[in-house]
Amino acid sequence: MTGYIAKIKKISKQILDEGTVDMVIGFRKGTLALMNEPCFAKTSKAVDDFVWDGNCGINLANYLTSRKEKIGIIAKGCDSRNIITHIIENKIDRDQLFIIGVPCKGMLDRHLLSAKFPDEILNVSESEDAVIIKGADYEETLPRKEVLQENCSVCIHRNPVIYDELAADLVEEQADLDRFEAVRKIEALNAEDKWQYFEDLLATCIRCYACRNACPLCYCPTCFVDESKPQWVGKGQDTTDIRTFHFLRAFHDAGRCTDCGACVRACPMGIDVRMFTKKLEKDCFESFGWEAGLSLDARPPLDTFNPDDPNDFIL
Amino acid sequence: MEHMGIEPGRIQFSWVSSAESTKFVKVVNEVTESIKALGPLKHFVKAKAKVV
Ligand code: SF4
Ligand code: SF4
Repeated sequence: MTGYIAKIKKISKQILDEGTVDMVIGFRKGTLALMNEPCFAKTSKAVDDFVWDGNCGINLANYLTSRKEKIGIIAKGCDSRNIITHIIENKIDRDQLFIIGVPCKGMLDRHLLSAKFPDEILNVSESEDAVIIKGADYEETLPRKEVLQENCSVCIHRNPVIYDELAADLVEEQADLDRFEAVRKIEALNAEDKWQYFEDLLATCIRCYACRNACPLCYCPTCFVDESKPQWVGKGQDTTDIRTFHFLRAFHDAGRCTDCGACVRACPMGIDVRMFTKKLEKDCFESFGWEAGLSLDARPPLDTFNPDDPNDFIL
Repeated sequence: MEHMGIEPGRIQFSWVSSAESTKFVKVVNEVTESIKALGPLKHFVKAKAKVV
């Protein structure tokens, strides 16, 4: 996957030079290992900074909201699904975009790796199947498969679903995996244990809202948590308020979340906030056969009505 | 909400037309009874700020 970069740069330079787009959104190396950052290249020279590896887990669709210019964007499977969601929700026009599709083999789990190596990781390099982690006085090689983000290990849409040009051949999609196993485990608990599960999950949340800010779906001009007239939710660290933020955020993402994992990657406390959205993803799939961002022509479950919709929750 | 640990039955949905007054009364009575049976809400209760 690290071999994609030459082609990514070539396409990016070409569309900038030809004037097809005004800017290309990609990744450049971050100041810390495991943390590549978004890069907005407006000239073909700026494209030289672009990188591609397993640390490009941020969802670039987040930077498209209400932009007016023509944009080239590098899109993994999940980013492409969020781009479709953005187009459906009128946050960007398809005509404004030149999508460089990147068939993805999964992103590295920065939380898992940092926990594995308490001494700061200074450098990470990758081959097709292995990841080499270097610190000040250690070096270790790990199988790539074992250090992927959880959402990537259960991903069945690694290939971009919409693109103008591909940066590499399509990859084989993962099959025969139980992508809702984690949700099912929670479903099997009784009410009190469920409550406790989420209580423990959120115990370290500092309400920095990084999860919200990293998410392409959270584009409201004023988020309900920031509103003060009326104030929907308290601003402090009361567990009720923390929980309210999280479950409402998840509901706002219902039928829209692509399980890209950007929220989890952004969280400084390593909280798996996907455990809220994953349940809604499962429900949407099981009740409406819906997976977000797969087609420009299908309307999302929350804005359509079908006489056959399940309604057994209504008294 | 149930997934998050709110007891089953605590939150209920119903569809009542403005012409269905008897259904409305029935639903309200049923909901009140079943919620009483569940007892007071344990979660999502915010302690009031102390006024000194
Ligand atoms: S990013 Fe993490 S710590 Fe910050 S609000 Fe979200 S869950 Fe809480
Ligand atoms: S909620 Fe998280 S996983 Fe879902 S689309 Fe937003 S950032 Fe991605």
